Amino acid sequence: MNNEEIRAELKRAIEEEHVMLFMKGTPDAPRCGFSARVTQILNASGADYSAMDILPDPRIREELSGLSGWPTIPQLFVNGELVGGCDIVTEMFESGELAETLGVEQPARPETPAAQQPAQAPPLQIE
Amino acid sequence: MPPLEEVKERIEQALPGSTADVTDLTGGGDHLRAEVVYDGFAGLSRLEQHKLVYSIFEGEIGGPIHALSIKTVIPLAGNDGSSEQRTIPLAGNDGSSEAAGNDGSSEQRTEGAR
Repeated sequence: MNNEEIRAELKRAIEEEHVMLFMKGTPDAPRCGFSARVTQILNASGADYSAMDILPDPRIREELSGLSGWPTIPQLFVNGELVGGCDIVTEMFESGELAETLGVEQPARPETPAAQQPAQAPPLQIE
Repeated sequence: MPPLEEVKERIEQALPGSTADVTDLTGGGDHLRAEVVYDGFAGLSRLEQHKLVYSIFEGEIGGPIHALSIKTVIPLAGNDGSSEQRTIPLAGNDGSSEAAGNDGSSEQRTEGAR
C-alpha cells in the first residue's frame, strides 16, 4: 500500500464513519494512556464508534496528521470533522458537550467513566 | 528533550502576553502538560486554540516531546483565571458561549511556584 492509498483509506473512514477514533492499539487493548482514556469515555458515552490502530505502519500516522493538521494521537472525528485529542475529548465529556456532539444522551455520572467494555465495532485495519 | 522552562518560555514568547504553566506528567521529561492563559484565544474554537499551541512545537511533538497535553484558558478581566470558552462549532451546536468582551485591562496571572 502506498501513501496515497493509505490517505484515501483514512479519508474514507473519516467521511463514512459517524464516530471515528484513530488510536494507538485497539479499544480492547489500548497501547497508550491517552488512547485508553478516550476509548473509556466513548464506551461510557454509549456511542457506537469505529477505531483504527495507527501503530502497524508509521505512514498511517503521518498521513493522518497531514490530513487533520493535528500532531498527536488519539484523534476523534465525528461526522467527518476533527473533534480533538484526549484533552479536548476529556473536557467535552466533563462539560457534557461530548454527548451532544456524539448525538447520544449524557450518562448520569459523567465524571466516572464506566469500566472498560468491549468496543461496539471491531477495529478497522489497514493491511 | 527540551527542559520545562524552555517549553514555558517558547510558549510565552510565541503568544505575547500569555502565561504558561508547564508540568511534567510522568517525571520522564517527555510527557508534558501546558496550561496556557492567553487572551488571544478569544474567538478561536478550542480546536484552534490547541492547534495554536501545538504549532509552536511543530515537528517536535511525537519526537523529543512524546506527548504535550494542553489546557487553554481565556483570561477574563478581574476573574480568577477560570475559563469561558467557545464551544467547537459542530453541527447542532450553536457555539453561543463566547468569552465576554475583553476591555484590554485583563489581569495577568502571576506565575506560580516553579
